[in-house]
This record gives sequence, structure tokens and C-alpha cells, in this order.
Amino acid sequence: MVGRLIEGIPRRTLLLLLLLLAAAIFAPLVAGDYLITVLILIFYFAYVGQAWNMMMGFAGQLSLGHALYVGLGAYTAAALYVHFGIGPWIGLLVAVPVAALAGAFVGYLAFRFRVGGVYFAILTIAVSEFARVGFDHLSWTNGSAGLFLPVAQFSHNDLWHLRGHPVMFYYILLAATVLAFLGCRMLLQSRVGYFWLAIREDEEAARSVGIDTFHYKMVAVVISAGMTAFAGVIYAFYYNNLFPEQVFHISSSIEIILGPIVGGIGTLFGPVLGAFVLTGLAEMLSGALSVLGVDIPGAKQVFYGICLLLVIVALPDGIWPWFAKRLGLHGEHK
Amino acid sequence: MSALLEVAAVSKVFRGLIAVDRVSFAVPTGAIFAVIGPNGAGKTTLFNMIAGVYAPDGGAVSFAGERIDGLTPDRVCRRGIGRTFQIVRPFPALTVEDNVIVGALLHRHHARDARAYAHALLHRLDLYDKRARAASSLTLPDRKRLEVARALATDPKLLLLDEVMAGLRPTETDRMVAILTELNRETGLTILLIEHVMRAVMALASRILVLHHGAPIAEGTSEEVVRNPAVVHSYLGAEEV
Repeated sequence: MVGRLIEGIPRRTLLLLLLLLAAAIFAPLVAGDYLITVLILIFYFAYVGQAWNMMMGFAGQLSLGHALYVGLGAYTAAALYVHFGIGPWIGLLVAVPVAALAGAFVGYLAFRFRVGGVYFAILTIAVSEFARVGFDHLSWTNGSAGLFLPVAQFSHNDLWHLRGHPVMFYYILLAATVLAFLGCRMLLQSRVGYFWLAIREDEEAARSVGIDTFHYKMVAVVISAGMTAFAGVIYAFYYNNLFPEQVFHISSSIEIILGPIVGGIGTLFGPVLGAFVLTGLAEMLSGALSVLGVDIPGAKQVFYGICLLLVIVALPDGIWPWFAKRLGLHGEHK
Repeated sequence: MSALLEVAAVSKVFRGLIAVDRVSFAVPTGAIFAVIGPNGAGKTTLFNMIAGVYAPDGGAVSFAGERIDGLTPDRVCRRGIGRTFQIVRPFPALTVEDNVIVGALLHRHHARDARAYAHALLHRLDLYDKRARAASSLTLPDRKRLEVARALATDPKLLLLDEVMAGLRPTETDRMVAILTELNRETGLTILLIEHVMRAVMALASRILVLHHGAPIAEGTSEEVVRNPAVVHSYLGAEEV
């Protein structure tokens, strides 16, 4: 199993990865509370970025509405907890299928009726906007007034109910990011992964070699949506409050996709690297601004915009392919 | 010899223009069959009806005794028909090897098996040394051979080649002819080709169908067809004979 996982990875890459993983595991020992919250955000975006990248980077289907799956996961688990006292891990068993079903709905509508490219992206926006407006008026989840979870006590960590110190969430998201990375790598090396790449590259040619493109595109959306819903569940139990205007908002969808774009669409390291660069630098920026006593609303958004612009102009394939070449990790830049 | 592919009176009309008009022919198992004709004769349309890109407006296409007209291209391929594109379309960002692996995975479930088979095919098509390169970096002759390799990777019983010699130099054409002849002889692969390059057609095909304005004007062995006055008049031109 381990042998298969590390198969084909150059020694240097493997060493680098293990060092990074070790650093991440021991980080809470030295990091302060603030740094931990930043790292939580980074791993959150690395994880959802990986989920989005599976659909866009591998299967070539541009979703601009991934907030839908975050929101459905978050709301489903939170509502089950608030109304029935059902814990997040059991809630997950409902939340993930709900989001996967929503993904299947979007996918079916689009792929059955040959809605592709930009029109597919618009459809994903439309469905997540529907959800935003719908949840604004859904009294079961308290509508636009927001759904609140009983606030966590930091005194002890209850992993089963996800009540506890941010460090617990840090490790959950770290594990999720690592598992997502490994899972995507395995998919990419499997039959499904090759078929996704073929569809991304040329759908008609993919059909000509016998690939049922509808089926494999559906698989991509459903897995990606289900994966994203897990992040939503963690989001709900970490922040303890949910507002439709926040979780389902298009800016949330955009924030999800910025990391992979900056890091490198279609690469395994891109979403992780992108999350570190974007979220890391943005937090440093706001930290620096607050030290200077300057308060500029929207500074983060402007920063994101500048980053995106720089990457598109200078490194259109993202930072990772360039970075990998610099590190001499030959062949690992894909 | 029974017919592997049977095309019976297929027609295709595009906005009132009859692109293919009741064309019938049969390709026996193990044969190399060519469809020739001037530009606009309906060759590619005919080809696309067999490959499942278009459903015929009339007539029937049968493969190995079963109707395949109206099936989607992926289903047609899974039945055992591999194809190339007239304007080549390999998966550009993938490596040469991965292009072929995609095809090989149709009937193989593990990437490892698919890779081994892909390597064998790449050797056969003189592409093994270029296997790590991106398909987009290949020259046209290499891309044409890559398309053949990718189609072969799906284990077809019938290979459809759409002008696979176009744009090749004579030596490259001869090499492609040799590869195809070898495949046909060694594996019994049936080949249906659309071709303009008469040099290749004459070297390869056991039977030829000539289309003109969407309708068949001649069919027979290569010797018969090149002596047919109608073919000479409408396509080959007098000086070629």
C-alpha cells in the first residue's frame, strides 16, 4: 500500500514532503493562537481547493459555485446538531450525500443537455445563488438571521462533537488535506483519472476512444461536491455560525478557486501551494496593516486581485509548475 | 469471408444538400478497404456515420452482424471500431505515452497493464523514444501515428483511418503503409481508410469504393477501379493512368 503510494515519486520530492508534513504536525507546539487560526484557514482552502481542482483541473469542468456544496454540508450538519443533537460525524453521513446529490443535479442538467464551458460555469453560479436565496427564507435553519451552534468550550476537546480548541480543527483539516492529496493522486493514476484528463483535453477525441464522457463527468462532480461538503461541516463547527449571505455567496466560491489558480490548476501541489501563498500572504498583509494602525476595508480582496493578475501575466500555469522546475523536481510539475 | 462492416444504402442530408446518397458496401473481415473520391464527395460524412458522430438519415450500418447506426461514438468504439481524425486531435497536454494509455484503459482496468500495452504499440509505431514528450510538441507525421496508436490501444476489430497519409512526405507515407500492412497481416485487423494519396491506396487496399457527389460511382479491386473510365474522368484525371 505504502509502496504503491510513493511509486514514481522522486526521492527529493518525497523527502521534501515528509519534512513539510513533519513541520505541519509539530507546528502547534510552537505556533501561537493567531498562527494556528491562519494555518486552519490555509488548510481549509488547500482542502477545498483540491476538491475543486479535481473537477476543473482534472476533468475540465469549471465550477464557479462550489460554495453551494460548502453551504449544504455546513447547513445540513449544523441543523441536525441544533435540532436533533446529532453529532457532526453522523451528520457527515447525511451532509456529504446531500451535497453529492446537489452536484449530481447540476451535473445532470448540464451534461445531459450538453451545457458546457462558460454556460456550465454560469449554471453552477445560478444554482448556488438559488440556494443562497432559498436558505435566506428557510425557517428551519433560521433564514437570513443565521444558524448558531452552542459556542465551544476550549477547556477540553470533544472530538466526537467537534467542540474544542482550534488546534483540534487544525489537525482535522491537516489530515483532510493530506488525505485529499493522496486520494487525488490515486485517482489521477487510475482509470478514472486518465479518462478525466482525456475529457479535459478534448471531449470528442475522448468519446472516440470509447469513454462515456457523461458518466465520468458526473463522477467528477459528485466526488468533488461530496468532498467539499466535508469542509462545510468543519466550517460550521469551527465558526459556530452560518449565514446564507456568507456561506452561499459567490465571493465564497471565488475564494475557493483562487488558491488552485494561483498554485496551478490541474496539479496536485497547486491547491496546497496556492492556499499557503494567498491566505498566508493575505493574513501577513492584514497583520502588518493592523500593526501600522491602518484600517483599509477590502485590502485582502485587492491583494487577491493583484496576486491573480501577477500569476496570470507571469505564470499562467500557476506557481507550482515554475516552482517544481526551480526545485529540480523533474516530471513532478504535472 | 463474412462481412465485418456492412453499410446498406446510408444517406445523410445537410440542410437540403445530399452529402451521402444511398451508399452501400461491405468490408470483409481482415480486409483493407479504401474509400476515395474528390473533395466534397462525402467521404468524411460517410466515415462519421460509421463512427457514430452522425446518425444516418436513411439506411443501416451493421458491425459484426449488429446494427450500430445511431449509437454514440463511445459506444461504437466499445463495440470494436477505432478511429483517427482527419484533422488530428491528440490530447495535447498529455504525454505521448499517456495518450495511448487512455485508449488502452478502455479494456484494461489497471494503469500498469495499460502502460505495458501502450509501450508495445509505441514501439510498433516508432514513437517509443518520444513517449515522454507532450503530444502538442510532436510534428504532424508523429501526431498522425500517435492517433493510430491511440485508436489501436482500444483493441479495435476495425480501424477507421481518415486521411492518415495527408501531409506526409513520400518516405513517411511508405513507412505508414508498411506499419498498416504489418498490422493487418499479423493481427488480422480490418482497416477502412479514406485516402487521397493514391500511392498509399494502391499499396494497401484490396478493394476500393469511389464516391462522387455523395454517390458511389465504382467499386472493385484497385486494378479495376483505376481503369474505370468514370473514375478516371471524375477523380484521377487522365494523366495519372
